[in-house]
Amino acid sequence: MAIVNLPRSLVTLFPAPPPRHLELPAATLEQLIAELERQWPGMRDRLCEPGPQIRQHINVFVDGVRERELSRALTETSVVHIIPAVSGG
Amino acid sequence: MSKHIELLVGTRKGAFILDSDEARREWHVRGPYCETWPVHDLVRDPADGTLYAGGGSAWYGPSVWRSDDDGATWTQSSEGLTYGDDGPKIETIWNLTPAHGVLYAGVEPAGLFRSDDGGRTWSHVAGLREHPSRPEWQPGNGGLCLHSIAPHPTDPDRMWVGISAVGAFETTDGGKTWELRNKGIRADFMPEPLPEFGFCVHKLRVVTAHPETLYQQNHCGVYRSDDGGRQWTEITGDLPSDFGFPMVIHPHDPKTIYVIPLNGADKGRHMTDGRAAVWRSRDRGDSWQQLITGLPQEHAYLGVLREAMSIDSFDRPGVYFGTSTGQVFGSADEGDHWQLLADFLPAVWSVEAAVVED
Repeated sequence: MAIVNLPRSLVTLFPAPPPRHLELPAATLEQLIAELERQWPGMRDRLCEPGPQIRQHINVFVDGVRERELSRALTETSVVHIIPAVSGG
Repeated sequence: MSKHIELLVGTRKGAFILDSDEARREWHVRGPYCETWPVHDLVRDPADGTLYAGGGSAWYGPSVWRSDDDGATWTQSSEGLTYGDDGPKIETIWNLTPAHGVLYAGVEPAGLFRSDDGGRTWSHVAGLREHPSRPEWQPGNGGLCLHSIAPHPTDPDRMWVGISAVGAFETTDGGKTWELRNKGIRADFMPEPLPEFGFCVHKLRVVTAHPETLYQQNHCGVYRSDDGGRQWTEITGDLPSDFGFPMVIHPHDPKTIYVIPLNGADKGRHMTDGRAAVWRSRDRGDSWQQLITGLPQEHAYLGVLREAMSIDSFDRPGVYFGTSTGQVFGSADEGDHWQLLADFLPAVWSVEAAVVED
């Protein structure tokens, strides 16, 4: 299991929105996003772009460290934060 | 049966709807919708009343929004809206056009997608990007965007599209193959001799009642074709500028067309001399009439983008445009008199008039 924190601007895109904080079974970031996609279809497209890779302006932190690789391993106690980049006007 | 009108407005920060009755004097603004995502186009499918909004978030990518309840609730999907993991990433949706039971999407970088299930899933109309000219397509100032989709009104296999800085194409086989349709168009920004592509169409429209007649506002002039786009004739005439973005056709009189000239590609791209004006031709572009009554005539440095003008389908149609500074102007009498319908909106990217039966 990994503990996942989702941003408000992401969860509001779905008719039955996921909670902002949840636990999901996943051994890698890729599996984590696959599980999000399974439960909330369409979420993968919001987080990943062709490659596949994490979208340029989506930041994913694992235990406080920014990660870009979907293959990043997760542990039972991993805490994942998905945070849109602070930008715009 | 009574009717009302909805002005569907896409902006840099969300979608809005302006409601009015047939008199079109009092307007009510509602929104923002679509989670304040940038919305390049907002349309209503006349077949079933579904609203569709297309755009792209800097964070979450491109998507098409759908509302089955006139804007009260929305869902979004981009399933299938991709050139694949090895292809370029799609930045945004520029145009949505429902026709013949299909919803088409024009995207950036330029390509055409279709949805046969109301925007829930998408498939690439790959034939267009298989055109031999595609490796040479170069983006214009607004990006390499497919912004105009003009379906033939009765033949679902026939369609024209417009791509900025590339030009117009036609398919007659449902999108499998495409041919360039740019003869007679100027491209003053290109060296001679002109190739068959590299023409900066800004808005392409087909006349519903006479689908061999097309009009386009181009980076370099206004044009008409009477043979399905095979040959174009310039009709810029005495317009104050050959540069502008939008173009609309009167729904009941195809000889009547409207454009909004801007002062020039390299001069700020706003209303000439700070005076707002729409120009109308009643004779297929042979002559033009300036329409200014009710529009600001001092310090009005307004910009109007390609999707931001529309005309409704009432017996005496109303004409509408939105500005890059957040105003929406409208005329209930074919452009003779104008009023400000909304102000202080985000930058307006699209305006679509939809007459709805109550």
